[in-house]
Amino acid sequence: MDSITSAASVVAAGLAVGLGAIGPGIGQGTAAGGAVEGIARQPEAEGKIRGTLLLSLAFMEALTIYGLVVALVLLFANPFAG
Amino acid sequence: MPFALPLAELEVGQHLYWQLGNLRIHGQVFLSSWVVIAALLAVVVIGTRRMQRDPSGVQNLLEFLWDYLRDLAREQIGEKAYRDWLPFIGTLFLFIFVSNWGGALIPWKLIHLPSGELGAPTADINTTIALALLVSLAYFYAGLSRKGFRYFEYYVEPTPIMLPFKIVEDFTKPLSLSFRLFGNILADELVVAVLAFLVPLIVPLPAMFLGLFTSAIQALIFATLAAYYIGEAVHEEHH
Repeated sequence: MDSITSAASVVAAGLAVGLGAIGPGIGQGTAAGGAVEGIARQPEAEGKIRGTLLLSLAFMEALTIYGLVVALVLLFANPFAG
Repeated sequence: MPFALPLAELEVGQHLYWQLGNLRIHGQVFLSSWVVIAALLAVVVIGTRRMQRDPSGVQNLLEFLWDYLRDLAREQIGEKAYRDWLPFIGTLFLFIFVSNWGGALIPWKLIHLPSGELGAPTADINTTIALALLVSLAYFYAGLSRKGFRYFEYYVEPTPIMLPFKIVEDFTKPLSLSFRLFGNILADELVVAVLAFLVPLIVPLPAMFLGLFTSAIQALIFATLAAYYIGEAVHEEHH
């Protein structure tokens, strides 16, 4: 791999994870805030809310993981390595 | 690109290749899958031998699991069709769950391979894509066998404008299912490996517990989504 390609790949891998974490971070914050509000309003529904929250958090987490997969491909299985 | 590290080795993209005709297959994935399958079979055989009216021990655990999976399938697929699909959903959940936990809990490092290393079978993209494509086949089969060609009405409901999106969805479903599972499990293993490289003692433990937690959730999510897709396919619109 020539140096320009490897430098670009490493920068892109960092950006893929970093930028990919922004959206899900905001989303998870909103979801957790909503869940806390729901529990405060209706403490007896805590179990159900927690289950739903965990499931939806994992869905948002998946978006960051897509960025991570792209980063890993760039680092370990770079198609332009030549 | 392997890193040669003193205490913890970090290998991504290193495989134990087996040649099978024209196919090059990843041997380490097969070996660890067989261990997982053997463990599951052993537990089920032991638990269902000499079944009693008052369950205890392994039988109790299996009945708890069955209850749990039945509730999951019934909630997503619906009362009418869930019984047909419970074995499929249950198998998916148990295989993925035991794979994920086995990859983290079994000390694979003690077994030396000529190349590559043993780990969770689900940390290999081929396993997760195979599972995701099975889910795709399953929901097409579920829809077609239950509704015949009326299944394709689902693509133009509520309006025909949705048609391209629904077709694209058929491709994105397996893509997101497989990448989610693969990425999460590989990320867990990498985080633990990197931490173990930096500080070999104690410090990786919280990351390991988090890994166990997320990998259990990922198994649940995979099974839930598979059940949801099947439920969507067999769902009858009431006009």
